[in-house]
Amino acid sequence: MLEGILIGLSTAFSITNILMVVGGCLIGTFIGMLPGLGPMSIIAIMIPVAISIGDPSAALILLAGVYYGAIFGGSTSSILINAPGVASTVATSFDGYPLARQGKAGKALTVAAISSFAGGSIGAVLLMIFAPALASVALLFHSAEYFALMVVGLSAIAAFAGTGQVIKALLMTILGVIMATVGEGALFNMPRFTMGLMDLQSGFGFITLAMAMFALPEALYLVLDPSRSKTEGGTNEIKDLRITKAEAKAITPVIGRQSIQGFLIGVLPGAGATIASFLGYAVERNIAPKEEQEQFGKGSVKGLAAPESANNAACTGSFVPLLTLGIPGSGTTAILLGALIALNVSPGPRLMIDQPEIFWAVIISMYLGNVILLILNLPLIPYIAKILAVPRNFLIPFILFFTLMGAYIGQNNSTELLILVGFGICATVLRFADYPLAPLLIGFILGRMLEDNFSRSMQLYDGISFIYERPMTLGLLVLAVILVVLPSYRARRARARAEGVADGD
Amino acid sequence: MALDRWIAMIILLICLAYGYAAYFTMDDSLAPFMRRNPIWPSTFPKILSVMAIICSLLILLGFEKSSGEPKPTEINYRRLTDYKLGQAIALLGLMIAYALLLRPAGFLLSTVSFLFIGSFILGERKYLVMILASAIAAGVVWYLVDRVLGIFLSPLPMFLANGG
Repeated sequence: MLEGILIGLSTAFSITNILMVVGGCLIGTFIGMLPGLGPMSIIAIMIPVAISIGDPSAALILLAGVYYGAIFGGSTSSILINAPGVASTVATSFDGYPLARQGKAGKALTVAAISSFAGGSIGAVLLMIFAPALASVALLFHSAEYFALMVVGLSAIAAFAGTGQVIKALLMTILGVIMATVGEGALFNMPRFTMGLMDLQSGFGFITLAMAMFALPEALYLVLDPSRSKTEGGTNEIKDLRITKAEAKAITPVIGRQSIQGFLIGVLPGAGATIASFLGYAVERNIAPKEEQEQFGKGSVKGLAAPESANNAACTGSFVPLLTLGIPGSGTTAILLGALIALNVSPGPRLMIDQPEIFWAVIISMYLGNVILLILNLPLIPYIAKILAVPRNFLIPFILFFTLMGAYIGQNNSTELLILVGFGICATVLRFADYPLAPLLIGFILGRMLEDNFSRSMQLYDGISFIYERPMTLGLLVLAVILVVLPSYRARRARARAEGVADGD
Repeated sequence: MALDRWIAMIILLICLAYGYAAYFTMDDSLAPFMRRNPIWPSTFPKILSVMAIICSLLILLGFEKSSGEPKPTEINYRRLTDYKLGQAIALLGLMIAYALLLRPAGFLLSTVSFLFIGSFILGERKYLVMILASAIAAGVVWYLVDRVLGIFLSPLPMFLANGG
């Protein structure tokens, strides 16, 4: 491990990579602060830039910097104007905004920055311990197990990502996999489902799809409903960033507990930063003494520290399955996976052996990113917060332009732009009807790998006997079925029970 | 019928077409020696189409109740006309126009007009600021993409560029 850390240090501390971390964190913070723009859209917009850098470690460092910068920026807008830019910082606004209204915005931002820093750093230490261990287990995996593992990952995402509507999420996942079968596959030398169109020969572009699924609907939502980007009522005076000794003492155990809990939740596929932050908030409220419980929701520093450390630790945790198994657990890591594949890196257990510099550079850059976010943002926060005043009349055309540019320079083809607009409209309509979009993109990214591993096992075993001849594969597939069936069964039973005691509603 | 079930029906139709292609037309062009393989190009799509058809049928037939009341943070599509629908459609139209004009009109001209008209649609009337912001943004992005990243973007309209 020491050797790995040294490799990481030497890669991460090159001038370019330090610039990447700083740039990524700044861009992430800036855009994450704008209400209504989540980390997925930001990363989707940044991908063409990252890919054209060409160096996979630099690209991943940049995108990871954008990712945690966005989470950090989201917490700033949650605290200052009660408009979370990111779902995972909604819990931050519960206590952060009341603090800001009491004139303690500076203190709230400091607590948030320290908790994020601690959560991210503890997460990075845990990542360093967990990932190599998990990767050495994963090396024993066969393509049949990979296939089963991906099925488990996809079903977990379907089970947890939807708003309790598992079948919808499942349908979206399958639709994503179906979209991945369009075009010419690696194993079969023939185009499939292209309907004779040359433009579909190489399949749908991943950047185009990522933009169409996340950036474009979010921009359209901002257009449709101007109140989503409302920036009035901001407390402009940010002063007194210091916190007292008593407060520091109060939040230390909270940060410790929530960093570990958040990390573990982040590792699970489908869970992630949003669930981690809400759960962290709830847990801390329940275990707090009676008189402190009253304070939660009215400006408790503990209530602010809990979701902040949890969501940052969870972000780091979500890198574990990505880097060790090559299976993303969330929409954001799925986009990162897509970017890595575009750069000819296949994340997975072999990554640590074949390209250790990428793996370790990312981890070291996480420490670096956390330090940078802390020292850069604490003094700069009052100035950065000014960006919240950028008028939406300028902002929205620029967001739309960047989505178009991203799709265009990815493929250098203007048909791609029409595909982008078409899918963007479909995605917006799907979002109206409460269909989750992240499973579709994850299904699309994993789809090709899923089929490759399935085909390889079919060829090795000359049929589907690999499913019952390999106990691990069978076990994983059973787990996948349970993951999908259990929530819908429980929802049905809960509904049946609710109907049994119906009170007229 | 609620929107989510209409969508399920459309997806069902797409999947039926997909399944039809996988089961009945794809294998015709398969070379004889490949037919001995345990896995055909159509094997995986066949499985997928069956699963997708089952899922969309479950939603279409209402086995999964939708969550009922829309969340306050989400947009309620039943009252879509209460929102700025016109602006959204106009911007989408603008994006399509941009896609069609990018090559013939060149990057600089189409981008400046895209950003200008975009903010105009949203109700901005400070023309000087709009022109300056769009021109600077278009110039900077063109420089970054074409010169720094090295991805060719034809800056001028087709008739001005020599050999374009």
